[in-house]
Amino acid sequence: MDILLQQIISGLASGAIYASVALALVMIYNTTGHINFAQGEMAMFSTYIAWALVTAGLPYWLAFVLTVAVSFAGGVLIERVVLRPLHNAPVMAIIVVFIGMLLAFNALAGWIWGFLLKEFPSPARAVATGTPLFGGHDLFILIVTLAELVLLFLFFRHTSLGLAMRAAAQNPASARLVGVRVGWMLALGWGMAAAIGAVAGMLVAPIVFLDPNMMAGILLYAFAAALLGGITSPGGAVAGGLIVGVMENLVGTFVIGNELKLTFALAIVICVLIFKPSGLFGKVMVKRV
Amino acid sequence: MRQGYAAQAMTVAALVAAMFVQTVAAADKKYGPGVTDTEIKIGQTMPYSGPASSLSVSGTAEQAYFAMVNAEGGVNGRKVNLISLDDGYSPPRTVEQTRKLVESDNVLLIFQPLGTAANAAIQKYLNAKGIPHLFVGTGATRFNDPKHFPWTMGWSPNLAAEGKVYARHILASKPDAKIGILWQNDDLGKDYLAGFKEGLGDKAAAMIVREASFETSEPTIDSQILALKSSGADVLFNIATPKAAAQAMRKVHETGWKPVQFVIYSSSSIAAVMQPTGIDKVQGVISATYLKDPNDPAWQNDPATQKWREWMARYNPKGDPRDFLNVYGYTVSQLLVRVLAQCGDDLSRENVMRQVTNLDFDLPMLLPGIRVKTSPTDFRPIKQMQLQRFEGERWVPFGGIVDGG
Repeated sequence: MDILLQQIISGLASGAIYASVALALVMIYNTTGHINFAQGEMAMFSTYIAWALVTAGLPYWLAFVLTVAVSFAGGVLIERVVLRPLHNAPVMAIIVVFIGMLLAFNALAGWIWGFLLKEFPSPARAVATGTPLFGGHDLFILIVTLAELVLLFLFFRHTSLGLAMRAAAQNPASARLVGVRVGWMLALGWGMAAAIGAVAGMLVAPIVFLDPNMMAGILLYAFAAALLGGITSPGGAVAGGLIVGVMENLVGTFVIGNELKLTFALAIVICVLIFKPSGLFGKVMVKRV
Repeated sequence: MRQGYAAQAMTVAALVAAMFVQTVAAADKKYGPGVTDTEIKIGQTMPYSGPASSLSVSGTAEQAYFAMVNAEGGVNGRKVNLISLDDGYSPPRTVEQTRKLVESDNVLLIFQPLGTAANAAIQKYLNAKGIPHLFVGTGATRFNDPKHFPWTMGWSPNLAAEGKVYARHILASKPDAKIGILWQNDDLGKDYLAGFKEGLGDKAAAMIVREASFETSEPTIDSQILALKSSGADVLFNIATPKAAAQAMRKVHETGWKPVQFVIYSSSSIAAVMQPTGIDKVQGVISATYLKDPNDPAWQNDPATQKWREWMARYNPKGDPRDFLNVYGYTVSQLLVRVLAQCGDDLSRENVMRQVTNLDFDLPMLLPGIRVKTSPTDFRPIKQMQLQRFEGERWVPFGGIVDGG
């Protein structure tokens, strides 16, 4: 019983990590209609920027805010420079660009900062939770991710900019007709996804340590989470992340063994795509995959 | 016209004489492919790109070491030309690049290609062609097999032997231990696990209370640590590469579990593992080593370590002095230089193998008491290790040099 509880809570903690990255994936999908394979590496790169700022002596929260701002600008820049020429290109071409960016960011981070593991600070690490089951940082991830979710919800539902961004993604032609500057909406979407990714990176790094390959394993689980929850739904992405985190722990510990945990994540991806492409919380509510 | 003819005749005569002289000189010298009076060409593959690119630090260090050797006049007057090619940690590319090194660059030997799978992929090819495949960059046990692979030789103590060292220490110091094992599900993990169980002998089944494996692609190993903790184990053998090893030690600390912890040599670097984990969280952890750690204050005034520092500053200034691979690459290159020097002017592939199976000396950055020793039936240059325990900010050796054979 004790081990069951431990595994569930540990699963929620890692699930919160997947959820935070999945949010960035959903963000970019909602605003551009693409799945960005370089999302993880962009987040990793942002985290290095934060690390460099903290190491230079800046307080954590100032570094946090600066990193989010720089990442936002970087995301906008990438869209304007790299992706804008590809607006009418076939999906394959865009995927190739994403994979190229993945490799480029990874190599660049290694070249600039080296490959040694780096410890990344967390403001909540020292916070006592009164139980060995989860640490202060685990709680911190969950709170920040949920806060992001609420902010996103409010932004998309209750601001005209949010509405314009949704319109630009879903029906660019009509949006343009009613005066939405579609190109800039896409760039804004990229900027916001990069900013959310930066937050995710800064949440993840205190747990997995910072190194250029930090996001490799996480991104796959984040895909599983985003697809399970419904790639269009931010709330679904968070729920999906938590479900994947808990399920993989339970299934790995009690059913199939740890060797097949990754296979389990892949199985989720495939099952969702085959049986319910819109996911649990996508446009239509469904029972189960 | 006549004079022109005479001049031509003279030139021909001189050329013939020169050729004759060279043949006479060459009678004392025997050169394999890639060797001239001024150069010894050797080759290797390294994962400069791809998922294991952090390990390519050793390749950079090796090139930097030969740069120093060449600047100081080379080996017996010959410069060592190391052609180091990227294989992206992908065995098919290792094969392709190695073929290129052998068949188009004509190297004398292959030196320190990195990776277990990479070396396994070229082992048969190099042995079939009779090309020295020296000091492979992996501790996997399969590379010590002189009967079937007489051209392949390892370098660092093999993983199974290291596993045995820990097992024997547990048997001697804590015979009633309940052991939990965290192991990486690949060749590395399996080698350690096999050696460790062999070391425990028939007590293995009774002593090991839980094994938990993980994949290198898993983001965290928290779930495995929790499962191991709840098994009631009081000893934890942490078989993991640096990232997972650091995560495991930190998680153990955070859950309030206090087992006796063992961590494998390649994850014992102070700078790459212990410091990121948190010095306060790794007190009392046990490991084994064979190289000096220049970040260890114990070697602050050691002349060999100071020489290493000078080399780092001058020839490898971009390298991180805290990365143990810079000591590793330095020392294994030193070993090759000793072998080439021992070959004298007979630089045929056969003689390289003759010399390499007949070594007995120590190297400056090996721990005192550890020797490089090989014979025609023993292809393990280093077999001894030193157990050490993490105390304060450094590794403190205990119990003397042990043989992992």
